[in-house]
Amino acid sequence: MALINKLPIITEKIPGGQIILSSVDFILNWSKESSLWPMSFGLACCAIEMMAAGAARYDMDRFGAGVFRASPRQCDLMIVAGTVNEKMSKRLRLLYDQMPEPKYVMAMGSCAISGGPYYYDSYNVVKGVDLIVPVDVHIPGCPPRPEALLFGLMQLQKKIKKESIKNG
Amino acid sequence: MADLDWVLALKNKFSDTVEEAPSGCLVLPGEDIFRAVNFLKREYGFDYLMNLAAVDYKDRLAVVYNLYSFKLKEKANLKVILPRDNPAIESITEIYAAANWQEREAFDLMGINFTGHPDLRRILLPDDYTGHPLRKDYTKEGFLPMPAV
Repeated sequence: MALINKLPIITEKIPGGQIILSSVDFILNWSKESSLWPMSFGLACCAIEMMAAGAARYDMDRFGAGVFRASPRQCDLMIVAGTVNEKMSKRLRLLYDQMPEPKYVMAMGSCAISGGPYYYDSYNVVKGVDLIVPVDVHIPGCPPRPEALLFGLMQLQKKIKKESIKNG
Repeated sequence: MADLDWVLALKNKFSDTVEEAPSGCLVLPGEDIFRAVNFLKREYGFDYLMNLAAVDYKDRLAVVYNLYSFKLKEKANLKVILPRDNPAIESITEIYAAANWQEREAFDLMGINFTGHPDLRRILLPDDYTGHPLRKDYTKEGFLPMPAV
């Protein structure tokens, strides 16, 4: 009954029937946010925190986002965990393009947000992954703790809740 | 350091060799380096190339060879000074296979040409990269130097 209690007000329970009415938006968003499969895409030390968030102590699977996939074809979420350099940026864009819609990107840590400690005196670090792919959530920290990553994940879920098929 | 056997032998064989205080680095002219490294390896058992590095002193460049002898349990530091414009030096890949990638790295980041290297191309940076970024005067579009604090 948990799902039925969560449904929006427009839901009606048909007496005696096996049918429930809901909005398409709600069902779509609910399923999207509850199975955000991330890509295994660790680039630097942030990946260690991402692994910790995925393991038993923090257990990202509680949010439906613990199924790290080895192929971009099976992913919904790209967590850019680490420093992106120019040689990697082409590969990153390629992996992003290979992901099926709907797809989301989280920039984890200072490096992925702005280049971080490599902002100055740096000849080969991309100054922010948002120059390459559209980023949904930025998670600050160097590296961010697993709690921060989980908070970023929840923010992304909130964002997904607001989506509608009307706006495409 | 000055009274070690191999140092004396090296100074005897290559009269231009100078010892640089206090690091104990032996500075050689570029044309001697291949023969000197070969000599140390064959005669004194310096069979391990620990590192091969390049340095930018702003007015000149240098290549540093760190050798180790498991027989003597001693280290040898050899240095060659090179001009900034078009620096070139003989490759030692024929003596140490390990020098292959080390020399490619020095070429990639410092722009030092190793003549006789079997495969001298960039090792870390993208193949279409221009310039050698670890030179002190390196700059490019979007390159921000650290502001003075």
